[in-house]
Amino acid sequence: MSPPILRVEGLCVSFDHPLGKVQAVDDVTFALAPGERFGLAGESGSGKSTLALAIMRMTKPPGRIEAGEVWFAGTQLADLDEEGMRALRLAGIALVPQGSMNSLNPVSRIGRQIVDAFADHGARLTRREQESRIAALLAAVGLPEAAARMYPHELSGGMKQRACIAIAICLRPKVIIADEPTSALDVVVQRQVMATLARVQQELGAAVILIGHDLGLMAQFVDRLGVMYAGRLVEVAPIAEIITCPRHPYTRALIASLPSLEGRGALAGIPGLAPLLRDLPPGCAFHPRCTIATERCRKEVPRLRDVASNQVACHLA
Amino acid sequence: MSRATRLPVTSRSKVISLIEAVAVSKRYAGGLGRESTLALAPLSLVIDAERPRVTAVVGESGSGKTTLARLLLGLVEPTDGEVKYRGCDLRKLGRGERLAFRRDVQAVFQDPYGVYNPFYRVDHVLWTPVRRFRLAASRTKARELISAALRAVGLHPEEILGRFPHQLSGGQRQRVMVARALLLKPKLIVADEPVSMVDASLRAAILSSLRKLSDEHGISILYITHDLATAYQISASILVLYRAHLAEAGDVERVVTAPQHPYTQLLITAIPRAHATRDWLAQQGEASPGDLSRSGTGCCFADRCPHTIPACVEAPPSLYRTEPCRAVACVRFRQYPALPASNLSSVMSG
Repeated sequence: MSPPILRVEGLCVSFDHPLGKVQAVDDVTFALAPGERFGLAGESGSGKSTLALAIMRMTKPPGRIEAGEVWFAGTQLADLDEEGMRALRLAGIALVPQGSMNSLNPVSRIGRQIVDAFADHGARLTRREQESRIAALLAAVGLPEAAARMYPHELSGGMKQRACIAIAICLRPKVIIADEPTSALDVVVQRQVMATLARVQQELGAAVILIGHDLGLMAQFVDRLGVMYAGRLVEVAPIAEIITCPRHPYTRALIASLPSLEGRGALAGIPGLAPLLRDLPPGCAFHPRCTIATERCRKEVPRLRDVASNQVACHLA
Repeated sequence: MSRATRLPVTSRSKVISLIEAVAVSKRYAGGLGRESTLALAPLSLVIDAERPRVTAVVGESGSGKTTLARLLLGLVEPTDGEVKYRGCDLRKLGRGERLAFRRDVQAVFQDPYGVYNPFYRVDHVLWTPVRRFRLAASRTKARELISAALRAVGLHPEEILGRFPHQLSGGQRQRVMVARALLLKPKLIVADEPVSMVDASLRAAILSSLRKLSDEHGISILYITHDLATAYQISASILVLYRAHLAEAGDVERVVTAPQHPYTQLLITAIPRAHATRDWLAQQGEASPGDLSRSGTGCCFADRCPHTIPACVEAPPSLYRTEPCRAVACVRFRQYPALPASNLSSVMSG
């Protein structure tokens, strides 16, 4: 196996809060192979987006990266100065943030916003080069050439999301982090956008981190999945293993809560609520909602360990 | 006061339905020389208080599903046709009737964040209807009523009352809205995308509480959503809308497990399934949605449909009754008897 393009080791992110420290990402470790599609799933508040921002070193106060290392192609990101980090963002690791389709500049044409990305990374292009690059990017994400001269409000949601992908891939990054890229889109458009992402990813040979909570989408898109709960990775495994043989009770509950199309029956939710991060229960954070919790789960925090081909943080797996 | 005595009776000695939409349509005028937009083509729908059931309205953005909800709630006026409440046009209701309508028909909206005033405790949204409709004779009675409504949607009153909206989760906030609707003992709850903004794990709880209301309290639910899977889980019948037009309607089991309209088929294959077999991305070959303002003469799905024949672009398709409990607006089923649009409810009652 080739060396990982991105390696996250023991990453911890915390937020200072008047009522105490909130540990939003707690000791997260994973590695991403070149060209791999890795999924991060979990409920809202499980730390998925915070983790994505921390990888990009974009955590804003009162949040701070407490510990851990992020290695990208042999470079430790913490060793880079702010200028080096700025050069790496977009060119090395590109982020399609949550709700990014609504973050396009409303008073600037799509083509202009793509050129801005080039200009910011020091690419001096002639007018003709600009136009040919924009045309190639728009074609890559399946947008008509005319979209370059349009304003964001003239595009539909799916088209705006594709424009965001076009900006993300303009410097041919090696890692694309897509944070819920389709959460506001209809199912048919969702599939088109995901197919676009899959195609450009293959063309660039880039790895993708897909963040989301729809395990159906994960099952159909990613190669490997990490399930997060209360800031910790509780299960990491190849997607087929997760779907056919989930080992963590929380993963099982997440899969069971998907509404089925195969048969009508009781809708299974996950009992209880996600815990408050500043007031985590002792032991396994999932134990108050877990149906099979034992005395040990209430006392001892389970560590991520190998169980068959999965990595699971559960005493009972 | 007994409601039964008030019910007017028609000449056919049939009980007049709670809500009846008669060929109701909505067209938004375009300003400054722009073309007007058809938001909902004429649609007839009957909601009968005597036989409570959950009906789903499914479609993507711009399909007209929210317009239908707003028409039934009397929040927008129809361009053509009318919405009747107990036989009387919504626009002509008197003061007393309007109050009764406001009580019988309740709404739960999409955004569980925007409906609360952040300066008031959540108790406020529960006390207001109690006061406005004089639901309780004393404060103690009112408190009991509110607690019972919260318990009916699976919440613990002691965890909810006295809190501010920001102290509750999205799922709790949305269930408080269902509890508020329930306080008024309505006959119909129109739920417009009630779970699209809450987490998958909480969706189940909200939807189960909606279905329980229908089963145990005899409340009809109109569940408006873009998610076919949840519609399949909680509803008995379903309407599939596409670009303001009805595509397919009928028994949910038949429509979802054996869809006939090409659009319904597309919607179902587009749902990513949590299966080990990965065929989702490979299947995608459909055309993207065309120009919404396009005003063709034929079937509005013709430009994306894999089965388009010349007849599709000549005239809009009629509704064909392909099964006792299903109607499809697609020319490919013209060998079946045509179903007059006004008679749509006959396939929905199951």
